Amino acid sequence: MVPAGGYLLVSALLFSLGVMGVLLRRSAIVMFMCVEMMLNAVNLSLVAFSRLLGDPTGQVLVFFVMCVAAAEVSVGLALVIALFRNRESIDVDQIRLLRG
Amino acid sequence: MQVVLFGICALLAIVGAVGVITARNPVYSALFLVLNFFSLAGLYLSLEAQFLAVTQVIVYAGAIVVLFLFVIMLLNLRPEDLPRFRLDRTGPLVVLLSLGLLLGVGMGIWSLLGASFPQDPQAQAVGTVESLGRALFGRYLVGFEVVAVLLLVAMIGSVMLAKRRFQ
Amino acid sequence: MMPQWTPYLVGLPLLGFLLSGLLGLLWPRYRRWEIGIGVLAVSVVALAFLLALGLFVGLPQEELPLRVVLYQWIASGDFAAPIAFRLDTLSLWMTLIVTGVGALIHLYSIGYMRGDAGYWRYFAYLNLFIAAMLLLVLADNLLLLFLGWEGVGLCSYLLIGHWYADREKAFAARKAFVVNRIGDFAFLIGLLWLFREVGSLDLGVVLDRAGAIESTALGAIGMLLFLGATGKSAQIPLYVWLPDAMAGPTPVSALIHAATMVTAGVYLLARLSPLYVLSPGVLGLIALIGALTALLAATMALVQTDIKKVLAYSTISQLGLMFLGAGVGAFSAAIFHVFTHAFSKALLFLGAGSVIHALEGEQDIRRMGGLSRHMPLTYCTFLLGALALAGLPPLAGFFSKDMMLTAALGSGHEVLWFLGLVSSLLTTLYMGRLLVLVFHGAPRAPAVSRAHEAPAVMRLPLVGLAVGAVAAGWIGWPDLLGHGAWNWIGRWLSDSTADLEHGLSLGLEALSIALSVTVAVGGLWMAFRLWGRAGLEADHMLQRRLGGLYALWQSGYRVEAIYERLFVRPLLQGSAAPLRWSERYIAGGLIGLASRSAFFIGSGIRRLQTGLLSLYALVMLIGALGLLAWFLWRSL
Repeated sequence: MVPAGGYLLVSALLFSLGVMGVLLRRSAIVMFMCVEMMLNAVNLSLVAFSRLLGDPTGQVLVFFVMCVAAAEVSVGLALVIALFRNRESIDVDQIRLLRG
Repeated sequence: MQVVLFGICALLAIVGAVGVITARNPVYSALFLVLNFFSLAGLYLSLEAQFLAVTQVIVYAGAIVVLFLFVIMLLNLRPEDLPRFRLDRTGPLVVLLSLGLLLGVGMGIWSLLGASFPQDPQAQAVGTVESLGRALFGRYLVGFEVVAVLLLVAMIGSVMLAKRRFQ
Repeated sequence: MMPQWTPYLVGLPLLGFLLSGLLGLLWPRYRRWEIGIGVLAVSVVALAFLLALGLFVGLPQEELPLRVVLYQWIASGDFAAPIAFRLDTLSLWMTLIVTGVGALIHLYSIGYMRGDAGYWRYFAYLNLFIAAMLLLVLADNLLLLFLGWEGVGLCSYLLIGHWYADREKAFAARKAFVVNRIGDFAFLIGLLWLFREVGSLDLGVVLDRAGAIESTALGAIGMLLFLGATGKSAQIPLYVWLPDAMAGPTPVSALIHAATMVTAGVYLLARLSPLYVLSPGVLGLIALIGALTALLAATMALVQTDIKKVLAYSTISQLGLMFLGAGVGAFSAAIFHVFTHAFSKALLFLGAGSVIHALEGEQDIRRMGGLSRHMPLTYCTFLLGALALAGLPPLAGFFSKDMMLTAALGSGHEVLWFLGLVSSLLTTLYMGRLLVLVFHGAPRAPAVSRAHEAPAVMRLPLVGLAVGAVAAGWIGWPDLLGHGAWNWIGRWLSDSTADLEHGLSLGLEALSIALSVTVAVGGLWMAFRLWGRAGLEADHMLQRRLGGLYALWQSGYRVEAIYERLFVRPLLQGSAAPLRWSERYIAGGLIGLASRSAFFIGSGIRRLQTGLLSLYALVMLIGALGLLAWFLWRSL
């Protein structure tokens, strides 16, 4: 049997990879993908804990996270489209309208 | 059985994740993301969370990644439009910090590393549709309803955002 | 009638205030609906009067005093101030006066204020005043009483300054407020001291434990509270605001500055009479101040040319008599005089208002005369009011004034009694002068011939008050008749006030009464002879005969000038330099420092706002790592 630690370590690794992706890539779309990956990593540990504790609350939470992620992706991608229409670019380094 | 499933899926998930962040073309990134999501569904199955495994496939691999692909195709990016990696001064720092994060989390869960999952039937039944249905339509009914509204709002919002032409 | 209804006495006018105020504030069209505003304002006060009447009739005297607790207002440590009302003979009687006279004056205002732009505001404040005044008289707790005390002061300020666009009137309002503030400050200190001595401000507790207070402290507390009373009731040395307060609308002068608010000081003395009788020195001083005020104000009233100023000084003088009465221990007689004076003086003010109304704002009695032909009803009622105030039996003023004077004589204050008698003589003189100069003789201005009687809504209160001015005294016949058997008011109030007994032989009392009557009749006869024959010439003749004394009266004993030189000007001059200095360095400097530091800090921080999303994400990651490290370190 695989101990709970295995799942948790995979989860942590996926999360770190997601962070790296968000910070290293300049394409807004790929950054979004990495954010989704981070959410999934957290989901994995939630499911693992839920199984470990025998409590469905963790899995309910995962369900909610999925819904929120779906909402977030649809709005975020709509923003990317609007951005691309205006700036002809999806490079986040080119978009500095909020520069102080 | 569980060990094999876990091993394959964990490996594929990590490969998928690395692929997402290294592929230059976003279409490849999206395909690697599908791989990642599918293997996560496999991991859920190995945790006896059948309902979530199915949902994962339908929502993430089915809906979200398709949405990504649609947007990529809609934008119709030429290769020269694709932003480059940011491998400037911050690159090593980012990698270092991410490893630090991994280390920190690992230290945080150190005591749990060897914990094994309970094997009684009741604990195994936690991820069934029946158990989750009772929780969702019982204790978490209000949250469930609110999430429905949230999805509606997000739908309207994204339609409005994508429709409007900014000057 | 259940005593539980008591809070509605205060609540009804307060509701009227809120309704008028909010509707007028939020709904501009409501401001022009004068009938609606007026009927609302009058009906809440009239309802309060009916309620008070019901309580008065329905509660047997044996059941009083009652305590009606609404809810706990302040509770801090040992200190507790509940919103509680005290129903006893004194507060019930004052409530009847306030609501009864108040309702009539509200009714009169409907006609008097017609067409005024601030109609809704006026009635809102008038209702608020009634609420505050009822709170003052009904409060079972001295702190709550103080709340009402300040409330009536506020309303007085707002209503004096009703026509605030006129600088003079705004200044008059401010003066009234500031002068009252001096008294209120002393009052507050007195309250705090009393709390320190007794440990409670509940009336029942305070009056019970009054005997246990050390006599020096008791005297000081009494003095401080009395100083507060001199401010509110316009006594020496704080009377200067009342003549200026005539800048307000005439019904306001009638209600606030004649019938009710200015009598709050007398009410306070009567309310705390068990405390005052324990310090005879303070009582003596009160009597002296009262007698002096009565005399000096009466002399000043004699030389005024503004119809409202005559009445204002007359009010000060009558209030002085009330303080004289309270000072010699005849608290119930003082309240009795509050009662009769409320009718006659409100009547006189409203009559004066009718005259001013008819003459389109003219207030100078030198340009009146002969009005009796044009305004017969106003004349008749004004005549009754004047005679009642002058103390002509069997009109109301005679009984109460006589009760106070016999008490003064009986308690051995012969000099003060004589001063009171002289004031009475002067009262008859200036009332006769006013009556003659306004209503008799030949018209001295063309406007008089165009004068006309006021509308019915203004005539009705005149008649109502005139009935009171005639008959209000018949509830307190002198002790001479049936050894006090006919003195109903004295017996009614004696439950609440601690009157000092005075043994006056029947002969001396008869002599005092005879002298009073002689003074009243003689004074009126003299006034009618003097001014009735010569008119304004009589003033000039007096001026020639009296010379310097007359000038002194005209200048109000130069008190205003002395105050101006002693307090006002040094204060203004002394504060000018600190004001300039603080304006420049403290206010200006601090504001400059704030704005400049915001600018510098901002110009530094704006560099952090690069607009680079990745940088923000990086900083966030560093923050998250920091948190993680903190939790790990904590769990070690």
